[in-house]
Amino acid sequence: MKRRSLIYLHTNQNSCKQIIGKVFIKPEEKYKNFGLHSSPGFLYNQPSVLVGRTDVVSMTPWLAPIIWEGTFDPTLVDSIYKQHNLTIATTVFALGKYTRFLKDFLESAEEHYFVGFRVHYYLFTDQPEAVPEVKMGKNHRLTVRRVPSMDRWQDISMGRMEILEKLIENELASEADYIFCLDVDTKFYGRWGSESLGRLVGVIHPWFFDYPRDQFTYERRPESQAFIPAGEGDYYYTAAAFGGSLADVHHLTKTCREQMNIDAANSIEAIWHEESHLNKYFLYNKPSKLLSPEYLWRDINISVGQVKIIRFSHVAKNNAEVRPN
Amino acid sequence: MGPDGKGIPLSPWLAPIVWEGTFDPTLIDSIYKQQNLTIATTVFALGKYIRFLKDFLESAEQNYFVGFHVHYYIFTDEPEQVPAVELGEDHHLTVIKVPSSNRWQEISLSRMRRLEELIESQLVNEADYVFSLDVDTKFYGHWGVETLGRLVGALHPWFYSSPREQFTYERRPESQAFIPYSEGDYYFIGAVIGGLVKDVYQLAKTCREQLEIDASKSIEAVWQEESHLNKYFLYNKPSKLLSPEYLWDDKKSKPEEIKIVRFSQILKNYAEIRPNP
Repeated sequence: MKRRSLIYLHTNQNSCKQIIGKVFIKPEEKYKNFGLHSSPGFLYNQPSVLVGRTDVVSMTPWLAPIIWEGTFDPTLVDSIYKQHNLTIATTVFALGKYTRFLKDFLESAEEHYFVGFRVHYYLFTDQPEAVPEVKMGKNHRLTVRRVPSMDRWQDISMGRMEILEKLIENELASEADYIFCLDVDTKFYGRWGSESLGRLVGVIHPWFFDYPRDQFTYERRPESQAFIPAGEGDYYYTAAAFGGSLADVHHLTKTCREQMNIDAANSIEAIWHEESHLNKYFLYNKPSKLLSPEYLWRDINISVGQVKIIRFSHVAKNNAEVRPN
Repeated sequence: MGPDGKGIPLSPWLAPIVWEGTFDPTLIDSIYKQQNLTIATTVFALGKYIRFLKDFLESAEQNYFVGFHVHYYIFTDEPEQVPAVELGEDHHLTVIKVPSSNRWQEISLSRMRRLEELIESQLVNEADYVFSLDVDTKFYGHWGVETLGRLVGALHPWFYSSPREQFTYERRPESQAFIPYSEGDYYFIGAVIGGLVKDVYQLAKTCREQLEIDASKSIEAVWQEESHLNKYFLYNKPSKLLSPEYLWDDKKSKPEEIKIVRFSQILKNYAEIRPNP
């Protein structure tokens, strides 16, 4: 896809014309909240109130942070979050030929992803025997779950929502605080850490961050549950990475799963599958934190001015070769 | 200063810093209106400070959480002097009588204890958020739900560009409010404290306890409870910061980065209104 060069992420949506009544954010109190404690003697540079990056926008109009390099102090955020003894569940699906991406995904994650924190990977695959041996860092562990093969990559993609919903319901409540759901045809190249934690976290799609909303590839047919009309929309989010607290991600996955089922009953499949439904969800259930395209980039070999560090990126793949259909 | 005269929107621990232009008021209002919230607001007006109440309340009614449930709690030693101000729909006011004092520092110090007690006895059952505001102030612009958060502090209008060594933190190690020169994020003003009722309770209780420890050692922090507040916020970081738009000083001329003054300390003659120098 040919892209003109990007200038910066800006809220080119000047007004929030949307069905205001449907917008919802869970009241703060109900979320398992904890303090942001730091200890005497912990030293770091003084933050500035007036000097910082001016090439990107780092807050949404509903005051959710948008995480870019330079907006946070990694040592400080780590020290704050380390006090809470957190477990971050991380799901990844590798079916059919996609198992070939696992080694790089896991090895690079071990170098960059929540280093020093407790991470439990849940790896869903139809070929457990194809899962490579990857040495896990301290406090990182991996569980493999077999799932049935599927003939259509779209079904694999959409089916993830139900599996995630059930995983959270049945297992994670007693053992994890946060969950991230990541695509496997990817690799980590830089830090992905506790700055990404939040109640409901969306990642801005690397191809759309400077498009006007009417060019977002939202589902535009009113017959689909994922429908978003022209004139509405904050950002275009990727389905390759999303996360948050268990309760919030459960609600997200459940809602998307229900809406996909309704669509299926009406013989309609949203244009970008679960990503279309995810975008609908995030429009009316605003994320409490957004990750910039540093957190899901297009390709390590493509560089764009405002993306100063590529932390996690799709890897080049030959679709015809890896997809079952 | 950044080339476009804008303030930084995030603290290094990713707490939003609220400036004009960072939020959409209509969107944010619509989000919060669904939650049926009550915002308690405490104000202390003792002795001659009672003269500030009329302007404070009238300007609040024009600007402060308009359209939301607000319950003001006015602490005063002269309840009969509280002016009758017409309150908007869903705004209520309760007057609480407290003893007079002949030291302004003492009045300042007791606010933490009163806030703690009010939360324990009432707010915990009836409010979601609480703000504690100074009374020698006036609203000039919108103050709304963009300010709500778990724990909210406001940047002091005189110190937001200063290096941390120049912050007027308490520097004597003997005080519970002590902060060494090598530490400090921001200098927060004591005139604005906010947050969820339970989080402000923790703040008020901790500050009150530390004030008592200091008192028992005959030490009074350089800026009274503001010193203790700054200590608290250094080690219990606010989840949201308000830019100096939210507490300006009428004595200060408005620089480029302050696009709107929402709430400000008004000009006053200290000698005239304080019970003691």
